[in-house]
This record gives sequence, C-alpha cells and structure tokens, in this order.
Amino acid sequence: MPRFQSAAELEAYRAQILAGRNPAKPCIAVCAGAACDGMDSAAVAAAFVAAAAPLGDKIEVRTTGCHGYCEKGPNVVVTPGDICYFEVQPTDVPEIIAATLKGEVVERLVYKDPNTGAKAVHMHEVPFYKHQTRLLIGDNPKIDPMRIDDYLAVGGYAALVKALSEMTPDQVLDEVKKANLRGRGGGGFPAGSKWETTKNAPEKTKYVIVNGHEGESAAFMDRAMLTGNPHKILEGLIIGAYAIGAQKGFMYTRHDMPLLEKHVRNALAQAKEYGLLGENILGSGFSLEVELHFDVGIFVSGESSALMRSIEGNPPEPRPKYIRTSVSGIWDKPSNLNNVETWANVPQIISKGAEWFTSIGSEKSKGTKLISLSGNVVNSGVVEVPMGTPLRTLVFDIGGGVRDGKTLKAIHFGGAMGGSIPADLIDAPLDFDGMSKLGAPIGAGGLLLMDEDTDMVEVARYLMDFLTKESCGKCVPCREGMKQMLQILTRITEGKGKQGDIERLEDLIQVTGVASLCALGKTSGDPLKSMFRYFKPEYEARIAAASGEPK
Amino acid sequence: MSKMCEKACEKDIDGIIEKYRGQPSSLIHALVEIQHANHWLPREVMQRVADALEVPFGQVLQIASFYKTFSLTPKGRHEVHVCGGMTCHLRGAAKLLEKVEEVTGLKAGETDAESRFTVESGACLGSCSIGPELIVDGKHYGRMTPDKAEAVLNSYK
Amino acid sequence: MTEIVLNIDGQDVKAKAGMTVLQAAQQAGITIPTLCHHEKLEAFGGCRLCMVEVESRGWTSYVVSCLYPVAKDIVVRTRSPKVDNIRKVLIEELLAHAPDAPELVKMAEEYGADRNRFEREASFCVLCGLCVRYCDEVKKKNAVSFFDNGSVRQIAFVPEVAKKECWECQECFALCPTSYAQAAYLLTEALAFPGQRKTPVKRAEDLALKSRMIPITPVAM
Repeated sequence: MPRFQSAAELEAYRAQILAGRNPAKPCIAVCAGAACDGMDSAAVAAAFVAAAAPLGDKIEVRTTGCHGYCEKGPNVVVTPGDICYFEVQPTDVPEIIAATLKGEVVERLVYKDPNTGAKAVHMHEVPFYKHQTRLLIGDNPKIDPMRIDDYLAVGGYAALVKALSEMTPDQVLDEVKKANLRGRGGGGFPAGSKWETTKNAPEKTKYVIVNGHEGESAAFMDRAMLTGNPHKILEGLIIGAYAIGAQKGFMYTRHDMPLLEKHVRNALAQAKEYGLLGENILGSGFSLEVELHFDVGIFVSGESSALMRSIEGNPPEPRPKYIRTSVSGIWDKPSNLNNVETWANVPQIISKGAEWFTSIGSEKSKGTKLISLSGNVVNSGVVEVPMGTPLRTLVFDIGGGVRDGKTLKAIHFGGAMGGSIPADLIDAPLDFDGMSKLGAPIGAGGLLLMDEDTDMVEVARYLMDFLTKESCGKCVPCREGMKQMLQILTRITEGKGKQGDIERLEDLIQVTGVASLCALGKTSGDPLKSMFRYFKPEYEARIAAASGEPK
Repeated sequence: MSKMCEKACEKDIDGIIEKYRGQPSSLIHALVEIQHANHWLPREVMQRVADALEVPFGQVLQIASFYKTFSLTPKGRHEVHVCGGMTCHLRGAAKLLEKVEEVTGLKAGETDAESRFTVESGACLGSCSIGPELIVDGKHYGRMTPDKAEAVLNSYK
Repeated sequence: MTEIVLNIDGQDVKAKAGMTVLQAAQQAGITIPTLCHHEKLEAFGGCRLCMVEVESRGWTSYVVSCLYPVAKDIVVRTRSPKVDNIRKVLIEELLAHAPDAPELVKMAEEYGADRNRFEREASFCVLCGLCVRYCDEVKKKNAVSFFDNGSVRQIAFVPEVAKKECWECQECFALCPTSYAQAAYLLTEALAFPGQRKTPVKRAEDLALKSRMIPITPVAM
C-alpha cells in the first residue's frame, strides 16, 4: 500500500522531516557529478564518511549530484554558510572536519581569483556562482539523489500537491502556456502548445516522455540534472501527464552511465513507494506508470520521432514532421516529448505561477537556461542564467575567460547542429530567436569557447564527421550529401582544396538542409553555414594555398 | 578466461532469451542484455533470438549492425574508450587517439589478436571538464596527455 | 470519402481524403519523378526525388509528395527552380554510385545533372530499399536486409534465408534500378552456398519458371 494516500499525509510527513533536521548542524556535501566522479570524488566522500563516523551526530556527510563547478572538482560545499572548497583530496579531509567543527574555514582550499589572488569563501561570493541564477541546479548540493526525503525537505512535490488538489488539468495546462515555457532540448518550441495538441488528440491512450538522451556534443547539463535531482524531473512529468491526460510515461536516457541509471531507477521506486506514482496518486484519482528506457548508443535516437521508434523496439528511424508525434507517436498514440530541462521547469511554474516565471528572461525567451560551459574556457561546468543574459557574462564573468592567456576567437553553440559566431558578437543576449538569427542557435545549451589557435575548417570537418557516423542512412540528401561535404572538407584540411569547393559545399548545404527527412540532415550544414558567414576568408585562403593561387 | 565466461554466459543468454520469448517488441532489450553479459553477439545467438522472439533474422541482423553498442565480433579483455566529444577534440583528443592507436596497434572499433584491448572512440561522455579523457573498463582517466596514456595502457594486462 | 480539391501546377485536382499528393498528381496525369516508390509497398520517403513545393496557409514548405497528405486549398508546384535544383543535386549524388543506371541517366538529362560532379564510389546500390521492402512487406521472407547505418549502409542477402528462398523467387531483381540486387544475390550465393541454391523439384523448363535475371548489356566506357 502506498505510504501517502492524500496530500495532507504527504505534507505532514514533510513537516516531520523538517522538524527532524537542524539547519545549524554542519553538513558536508561532496559532489558526485560526472567530472568530479571522474576525478575520484568517491574516494573523498568515503574519507569524509570514515572521518565523520566516530563523531556520531555532530556532523553530516552527504553525496550529492553535480554542483556545477566541474573545472575545480572534486567539489565540496559545507553548510551552514555555503562554504565552497575546491579540488579537495582525501588527504584534506581531517583538516576540513576539524575546521568545520570549530566553525572555521580552511583558507587554502577556498576560491582564489587567478589574477588578483582575492579569496571568496561563500558560494554567493565566488564569481562562478555569483553571476548565476540557480533556480534549477541550486538544489543539487542539498540533495542526495538516492534520498527522496532530501527532495521533500527542499519543498519537492509541493507543486504536484498543488496541481492535484487545487487545479484542474486545464488550469495546469493554461499556466504552462501563459508561462511561455519553450523547449530546452534544442527546438525552443512552446511546451504548452505541444501539451495542448497531445491533450486534444482524439485517442484516449496518451504518453508522456522525458528525453534524457543528451547526444549533443559538449552538453552535459541534462545528465547533471537527471543524475543529481531525478525527482524534480519526475515531478514535472507527473504534473504534465495530469494536464495532458496521459496514463503512462517513459524516461529515455543513455545506456552508458551507471550512476544515472541507479539514481533514476531508485527515484522511480521511491516515488512509487510514497504513492507519488501508480494508482490514484495522493488520492486524486489520477494514475501514472513510468518506465525507464535506454538508448543503444546512437545520436539520432535523441530525435523525438526516432526516440519513439526506439521505445517501440524498432530501429530509430525518424519520421517526417507532417505526422506530428503529439498526435501519432509511440505505437501511433499521442505522445508528448520534452527535454529533461523543460520538465524540470514545470514544478516551479506551478508553485510560483506563470507571472513570476515570465518576469525572468527576455521578451520571447522566459525563465533561466542551463548552459554547459566548456572548450578553451577557464571555468568549465554547468551554469544557470536568466535568458537574455549577454554572452559576455557567461564567457568572462562566469567562465573566467579563455584558458592559457589566449584570446577568444569564436563561440560555438548547439554542437554538431549549431554554429559558431566570432568573438566580436560577445554582447549578444542569450535568447532562442536572437541566437538563431545570428546562426548559432542555443540548441541544448552547450557553449564552447574557441581560442585564437582554433582551426575553423577542422572544426567544421570534425562536426561533419561526427554527424556522418550518426546518420541513420535512410534518406539520400543526408546520407550522400553529408558524405560529400565531409570528403570536400577533409580534402581542404589536408591542403588539397580545389576551385569550386565552396560553391559545391554551399549547394550541398542548401539541398541537404531542405530535402533531408529529419533535423539531423536538415541542420547538418548549419555549422558550415555559420563558418561561411563569419570565417569564409579562412576557408578561401586554405583552398587558394592548395591550388597555388594568390589570395 | 574465455572458457569460464562461455559457460557462465551460455546460461545467462538462455535466461535472457527465455525472458523475452514471444515478445518481438523487446528485441532491443534482449540484445542489450546479451551484449552486456557476453560482450558480443555471436551469429548463432542472434538466430536463436530471432526464432524465440518471432522476429525475422534479417531484422535482428539489421538492428545489431545499426547500433554501435552491439559488437558482432568478440571484444578484448579491456575496453579502451577515447572520448570523441567536441570539447575533448578541442583539447587534443585527436593526438590522444593517435597515441592509443600506436600503443595498442588498433584503430577505433578493432580488437587485437590476443584479445587484450578493444579501442573505441566516439560519443561525448559528459565529463568535458576533465577532457581529453581516456576511459578503460569504465574507469576515467582525465586530463590525459599522450605520454600519460601510454603509461595507463601499459598497466593493463 | 470526402472529396478534397487542391491545386497542382495551376490545375485544380480532385482527390479523396487520405490520398497523398503523389497519388493525386498521378491520378490527374501529372508526372512527379520517383525512385524508391512502388504501388505495392508502403511509402518510404527515402530518395526525396518526389519533393514538391507546397503552399499552405501562407507558408511555403518542401515535402515529399509520396507521404504528404492532400489537404483542402493547398497549392502544389511540382517544378520550380528550387525543386529542380534539389532533384538535380540528388541525382548527381546517386550518379556517384551508379553512373549508368538507366533511370538515373534519363532523369539526369531532364534536370541537367552532371555525373562527374561528385567523387565516385561505384557501389551501384542507391539504397532505395525496394528489394528489402518488397521481401519484407510482399514476400514476407526478409531474405535481404539493410545493414549498418549512415553512409556505410548497404543491403545484403542473409545466406541462411536466401539459400532457401531466392532462386525460386527472384522478384526483387526486376525492381532494382541499378541491377545491383541480382549481383548481390549471386555474389552471396557464390561465397556462402555455392551450388546449393534451392530449385523447384520439377525442372525449370517444365514450370515455365524463367529466370527474372536482367541481361547485363555492356556499357560504353
């Protein structure tokens, strides 16, 4: 029998949790995000647990999801006070424990400005964190992803309670529409509109899907969210299913991350145990089952119609968009698919309202955006800023600028289907439509810095190479067009460019862009398009040098 | 080692096939589980899957060859993955891969004759901050240089 | 069934709901080139040669007519500079694999495609999927399948099945626009089961079962 059969019971339990927690008690949060884990944060966590054991109740140790400052991991945050320690090793543990018990700080492990040497102890002082608005990822350091009670303690599932007990499905849908929540996976399509289409489709059986595939190169924020706070995404999904009238949900993610699988499976089981999933959720009459599915290691299975084929057990071949998946998706039933980050935004929209949400961001792009900052940047990691933030803030204030004292040459968004813009466009605001117009659509939010030594022809060749391997091979323009584009680009990088190569490439970009079946083929030429828009002289010079002609 | 695995793996494979008998839409699940247990998909096993799950053999072969997670040839004792993501690429993954190819004598996708290593290169693994990365048997080696890579590989028998 | 009126190349065409633009055009006697399309098979949408321009509710888009459903008041253009260029480039890409395939050569002439524009890889197969789909949907034998993905995708006969099915059937050979299917079958037979093709118990002559093999005429170099 589920633990809670009404909203009141859940709230009573939440009050109980909070009563049992003492905010003044020191807590050491060790980040177990992908990069920190790769730097053996597990050993750091183990050392803390061992050191804290004999101290009984005096100090708490918690392993959490990604804090965001991946560059400086292993990351440790000590509360109260949000004291941030960086690059922590197991040997630092005794000192940290001792200092924490005395209410002191270990000076040598706090943030130091690389130029001025100025120290910053608390999170709100550290430049990397200071300039962010961490509405989604801010909870990560407070939550052990394996403990649903941690999520409840920070107010988790309160939005679901509100939706089920105070709002009708239509009211929930209306709120999401008014909030103008746009898809965070790359499409930027209004989520409320998609929900509505699915809701209005005549079929009774409906599905909701979380797209956690995150195939975009250099995007790692979805994995950070899903591994670090799976309940937040689950809560958004349940609320969405309620609004749409779906009876079953699918979480689709990668097969190559054991920790992610463990956390999501555990979250689903715990939610079920607490009565937040399954029959008659919290006595509302609404029921939802959620299944976990994995990709099989191919990028195209992140495309929504291909993903649905994959869930059915078929090869992930995309379908043309005139058969909309919100009307005919998995097994031809209406299926609403949204990205991890999109779902993660839903609880706060319900809790705090659409008006609050629309007060953040720019005119047409509302809310915050998670950005994976990487490339030749000083501070790489997962960051969160309001839409409309100038890129300059991301690159310099948060990112700390370009590594190794080099200058910025270009910024790339959107992975293999995005584009590069030159450094002089650094004051452009982070905005779906604005960035699209510049030729570097935000995509999933992977922002790459490229320094002065970057070979822009090689970047285009690399991205085309990635995509050709990921193409499903069904349609001629993508399969053949990309192959030819890759061959030409490879020749150019090898110093064998020929007269007419740019014209051939431009023709191929145009035809592949219009005639391809799915977004993979359609956007395959976009990075190259942006290269021709901003960096054409570099290409022309390489070709001219090869054919021995004067520039 | 492979004799021991064969015995244990045979039972696992039988179990997996029985679990999904008569369920054609579970084809991919079945193949994924067999790949995990056995590290590759022998042709006879795929034929048995086709028969048990009531899927045409050609379709099983199509799916097994389509997805790169499946291996149609036996894999080595150690799986060496060089991250091919964009950040790792910008931070020198190409040189790292060259070194790995040199030390192992293998190109991406290949396994050596003594079944010591299988080399793969490709998908971004999301730990961009510690790129370029080498992952051997699931263990991350971040901020790799070609020289460090050589030492890491030599430590794996 | 509801009747729908749409405009194709300046002409009002009556169609039934559920038809595709290609079906409506063919019914009205308007030709749209196709390669991977076959009336007995489910529309594939792979070759993209049947692309047309569609204007609907103020928006212009480019869609494959073999899949796009007819709708009231849409304006379809089967030829335009953009559509023609798309077809031309697609044909050029296919000619890189099968420069002498009769269907492609004919289309190349009409659209001004240059068989030498792109680097050749004479694999002959254009991956139209007619053989694979015919064997799957009509014969239900799956003796030939797609393998691998992307630009290295290919068709291959599955020896275990082909051994038992193909020689008696041979129906996909005539469907292949480049004659690659029969070559692939013969090569598979020679490598995997030479001398073991399953033939009918009665002699071939008794059954008037003539081989459907297409005679290969020598091509001018």
